[in-house]
Amino acid sequence: MSKNISVSLHHITRVEGHGNIVLDVKNGTIEKLQWQVPEAPRFFEAMLKGRDYNELRPITSRICGICSIGHSLASLKATEDALNVEISKQSALFRRLAINGENMQSHILHVGYLAAPDLFGVGSVFPLVGSKHQDTLLKIVKLHRLSNEMSDLICGRTTHPIRLVVGGFSLLPTKKQLIKLKEDLHLAIKTSQDVANVVSTVANNFPNFSRETEYIALKSDDEYAFYDGKIASTDTGIHSDPKKYESVMQEYVVPQSTAKYAKHNRESYMVGALARFNLNSSQLHPIAKQVAKMFNLKSINFNPFMNNVAQLVEFVHNIEDSILLIDKLTNNGVKPERPVKAKKTSGRGVGIVEVPRGILVHDYSIKNQKCVEANCVIPTNQNHANIQKDMEKLVPQIMDKPQKEIELNLEMLVRAYDPCISCSTHYLDVKFVDS
Amino acid sequence: MKKPRVAFFDFASCEGCQLQIADLEEEILDLINIVDVVSFREVMKEHSDDYDIAIIEGSIMRPIDEGRLKEIRENAKILVALGACATIGGINKIRNQWTPSEVKKEVYGNYNLKGNDFFDVFQTKAVDEVVKVDYNIHGCPINRDEFKKVITSIAMGKNPEIPNYPVCVECKKNENICLFELGKFCLGPITRAGCNSICPTNGSPCDGCRGILKKPEVECINDILERYNLDYEEMKRRCNIYNYGKEVCK
Repeated sequence: MSKNISVSLHHITRVEGHGNIVLDVKNGTIEKLQWQVPEAPRFFEAMLKGRDYNELRPITSRICGICSIGHSLASLKATEDALNVEISKQSALFRRLAINGENMQSHILHVGYLAAPDLFGVGSVFPLVGSKHQDTLLKIVKLHRLSNEMSDLICGRTTHPIRLVVGGFSLLPTKKQLIKLKEDLHLAIKTSQDVANVVSTVANNFPNFSRETEYIALKSDDEYAFYDGKIASTDTGIHSDPKKYESVMQEYVVPQSTAKYAKHNRESYMVGALARFNLNSSQLHPIAKQVAKMFNLKSINFNPFMNNVAQLVEFVHNIEDSILLIDKLTNNGVKPERPVKAKKTSGRGVGIVEVPRGILVHDYSIKNQKCVEANCVIPTNQNHANIQKDMEKLVPQIMDKPQKEIELNLEMLVRAYDPCISCSTHYLDVKFVDS
Repeated sequence: MKKPRVAFFDFASCEGCQLQIADLEEEILDLINIVDVVSFREVMKEHSDDYDIAIIEGSIMRPIDEGRLKEIRENAKILVALGACATIGGINKIRNQWTPSEVKKEVYGNYNLKGNDFFDVFQTKAVDEVVKVDYNIHGCPINRDEFKKVITSIAMGKNPEIPNYPVCVECKKNENICLFELGKFCLGPITRAGCNSICPTNGSPCDGCRGILKKPEVECINDILERYNLDYEEMKRRCNIYNYGKEVCK
């Protein structure tokens, strides 16, 4: 084929942060294909140096507006690990509710507002107002609002939570509020099944693409892991020492990106909803399993576009899980508790949680209550290399399509990863050049 | 009346303030009744450079960003800074205590970044340190109700009112127990209100994200420091989470 393509998509839309795609094809040969991350670097690791251990949580929350609860929890777990703080069972249940609320909020925002317009063939959700999909849109809005209200209730605020503090919570919801939340969650199950039904009718618009890669996520014997678990890989199994996370998440710097890249057993790996599904699908709650079946999603699935579907599956799982958590909390009666105090003033701690886009690590060294060293490994960073490798396989398969379609497929690929670039610089654009 | 055309732009930030707008849910529909959103990269593919009101999120870190911001200013009739990163530099300014080469070394190690524009950073600037800002919407994140109020005022050609009294006023109205009484160091007395004292109401001290008041009550603050046996230096240190390099009253 002697085709020339020149694509330069600058600042891809409907993703969090700035990314570019550059594709240059001459006489059917790819001369340049680059996933670039030009987001302004923000230097969080440097910001934390010298801060009081209580300030690490509010500062690192600001790494990301969408997963601020996840960053907060990884931060608290790292601080608590360093200073030997053991939180109460009740606090651990509330933190699981917090992580569910955020995962729901982020997944429905992504599937409903950012990814779905591609499936319905529109540029944003705005044109869906007044269209035949208005009813679905309103259901998505309702689910998104419920997710946010849940986070507000547990964390004091959805974006940049307030109540999450070292040792527990600064304020807790009442039993009455939790029971009301549970009723709303019950109603949301049906609403989310309706949304899943509509999405399944357009799911054939997801490109049929597959590339074998490694998946990494937390794994636990007790549950579909979000808050706690061990690092696990589909290639190499369980890595049980959390403090040796760097032997799995090997970060490196590339010139086209202010966000770091990462690799482990292969040239790249993937984290996020699909990685979690591939590793832990047998532990999903029953209705979530039904939703996976609706889309014929089975482990192991190597199609990155199915990450959107895995997000929908997890959304339902998070609802079912939250109902069970609320039952546990209300059966015991919500006890007023003060945050547990630190037993030590110095130490190193590692906190690992699953946030909407994948496995997140915070690692702090604290000396006399002040942070002396910090490292954060961000999910989107871990996906950048995998996005690049997917593009390298996808482009030759779609090269004979019209340029617009190539562009759309590449953008959809990036969106499927739901990248959170602000996070990863703690950086997204697509560049095509048509000759 | 022709609806004003609004465009959103983001620089170094967590994009959490734009997310507050997506989080308006059904109320977004009210918003698009009074303005036309012509650019909002986080949620829409369409983009236009023909706009009246530019809303800027994030701090300015690099020459390439400075150039982009100046172009936006040229295009816009009204420029609004959205959120702490834009209005006061916010937490992005914490790193200004070190030089750019020091922080680069801290994060990227000895990797050779010379001549790479993406990595060419200067010390963090708030938006008004680069271009003229007409209105500020404060907070980390912004308060959704205040956003609606400010945009409605601007769309109607009125001057939006931004509080210039301390968070304590709202905190008292919410009948909270003063956090100083609970042994916490709260920046409410010197911080601009408008957040409905959300942090103290949830049991956490104010970190000053809405910026320090133009004229804080110095006498009252000295009185608090004395009464609770607190140190001015500690207050300064607390202030530099959001207000690094700002003069703190004494």
